Amino acid sequence: MQSFKAAPTASDMYYHPHYFLRGDESSRNQTRFPDLGELEQSAAFHHDDAVDLSSSAMFRLKSGNVGVVSPLHFGGLNTNIGPSDMVSTSGTGVVDTGQLMFSKGTAETATATVASLGNGHFENWGESGMGDNSQQTDTSTDVDTDDKNQYHGVQHGALVAVDSMDQSKGKTGDQKTLRRLAQNREAARKSRLRKKAYVQQLECSQLKLTQLEQELQRARQQGVFIATGFSGDQSHSMGGNGALAFDMDYARWLDEHQRLINDLRSAVNSHVGDNELRILVDGVMAHYDEIFRLKSMGAKSDVFHMLSGMWKTPAERCFMWLGGFRSSELLKILGNQLEPLTDQQLMGICNLQQSSQQAEDALSQGMEALQQSLVETLSSNSLGPAGSGNVADYMGQMAIAMGKLATLENFLHQADLLRQQTLQQMHRILTTRQAARALLVISDYMSRLRALSSLWLARPRD
Amino acid sequence: MPPTHPHYKPTFSHHHSLHASRAVQMYYHHSESWGYYTAAAAAAAAARVMADPLERVARLASENAVVIFSLSSCCMCHAVKRLFCGMGVNPTVYELDQDPRGKEIERALMRLLGNSPAVPVVFIGGKLVGSMDSVMASHINGTLVPLLKEAGALWL
Repeated sequence: MQSFKAAPTASDMYYHPHYFLRGDESSRNQTRFPDLGELEQSAAFHHDDAVDLSSSAMFRLKSGNVGVVSPLHFGGLNTNIGPSDMVSTSGTGVVDTGQLMFSKGTAETATATVASLGNGHFENWGESGMGDNSQQTDTSTDVDTDDKNQYHGVQHGALVAVDSMDQSKGKTGDQKTLRRLAQNREAARKSRLRKKAYVQQLECSQLKLTQLEQELQRARQQGVFIATGFSGDQSHSMGGNGALAFDMDYARWLDEHQRLINDLRSAVNSHVGDNELRILVDGVMAHYDEIFRLKSMGAKSDVFHMLSGMWKTPAERCFMWLGGFRSSELLKILGNQLEPLTDQQLMGICNLQQSSQQAEDALSQGMEALQQSLVETLSSNSLGPAGSGNVADYMGQMAIAMGKLATLENFLHQADLLRQQTLQQMHRILTTRQAARALLVISDYMSRLRALSSLWLARPRD
Repeated sequence: MPPTHPHYKPTFSHHHSLHASRAVQMYYHHSESWGYYTAAAAAAAAARVMADPLERVARLASENAVVIFSLSSCCMCHAVKRLFCGMGVNPTVYELDQDPRGKEIERALMRLLGNSPAVPVVFIGGKLVGSMDSVMASHINGTLVPLLKEAGALWL
């Protein structure tokens, strides 16, 4: 909040009195800041540093003629965006707009710009938005009767102010009026275009923000993992690299997956032919093979990283099984969205459900046996302290334990194979169209789970 | 040195491999007074020692519907056993670490399948199915259950 005082200097305030006026809070309501409102909604989930936000805010200040002076006002509007973010931009925004203003040369033109900016946002602003603006600024003395007409019916305060000022100035020519009208229209059009561009930019930055946040979270987790991990030895540093390499590969895979799914979705919605659909479905399936290949490589370099699921979002990680999704759950996700199914298909799906469940249970029990056996090895009585002369026993037991740990990679491999084969069998049983729908449903479920993680991370905390 | 003299008395023991068997044959051929029973027993013992471990595997595999070669300490073997038990199948399990000649079989299986560790290896109806991944793959693609039924390991 302190930075509010720093940003707008006295000289700025002098030259831009219309900005200064925004301190009048009583007449303010949220509708005056439509852009800001949108900003709030779109940024509500992004509590991390918003890199793009400041430039967008600057742009908004230029086009929206908003004087963000009052810290209290800001705080009331916007709890998620740190006020300091807005303040710094507001200060520069004020200056920038001032530059914009004064680069035009004449006060008159500047006024026209001001007025037309207001005009462009006419539909968005409340009643006395422009009224306050014109009331106390020197440069608004040129706001004459014609401008008054444009603000007619809305800006009552402006009418009064303008009238008195106008009479004192004397009559202005029609030519001048027409020219100003044209300029106003032109400026209004430009400002509408600017607003449109700004909104698009905002949506882009929202997307970027989500991605940034995900990457940040991943990197943070990775950083924590390495920092709190084992004492830095050669093997660990290798493991760290393997983990990071996989994380990056996975992020790329995910992007490509989304792209393929979007293509598939648009194809399904536009009812393309079976042949074309089959190509797209095969593409998605081949892409799934790619992730299993990446996971296999990742497991070779760092099996614990793969099993930890740190490369997944928190919600996914919570419900994960042996380093990935539960293949038996895949069919539950599909539910009855695949209907209508032939009897043979129905039987195939039921058998697949049952066999994947059985295979999962078997692998789970194998993992339990592994853990049990590790417990026995590590808690063996012969593992006395080195000083007691049982070094050989200790090393022997450790060697056994190391051997048991090595089977972890095999279990992870079997689990991934199970997942891959479940997907492939499902693909075999279903028709092309059904398979396309199934892939969309599965992908939507996964991305919703990921979105849930983001929402959870960004939830307002008391 | 191969015995040629008819009065040669072989003093071999059961642990002589190739020489012993040849000596037995030659002795049997040369002298009828030697006990047939002992010679035959010696030959059989020698043959058992000599037998290809893979042949033994094949023989064991054909004796039961579902045969699993395992190691008692192997957790993946435990998983494959649980898979069959979960399906209601009762497999015959050979724990190679509890068999005096298990090491040979283990090595032979490793040569056969190229896996490390060599186990688990599953045979159904005398036919080789493979390791855990093959078993699971055949279960998922629906070919395992018919195979089990054909071998008589599964009813219904």
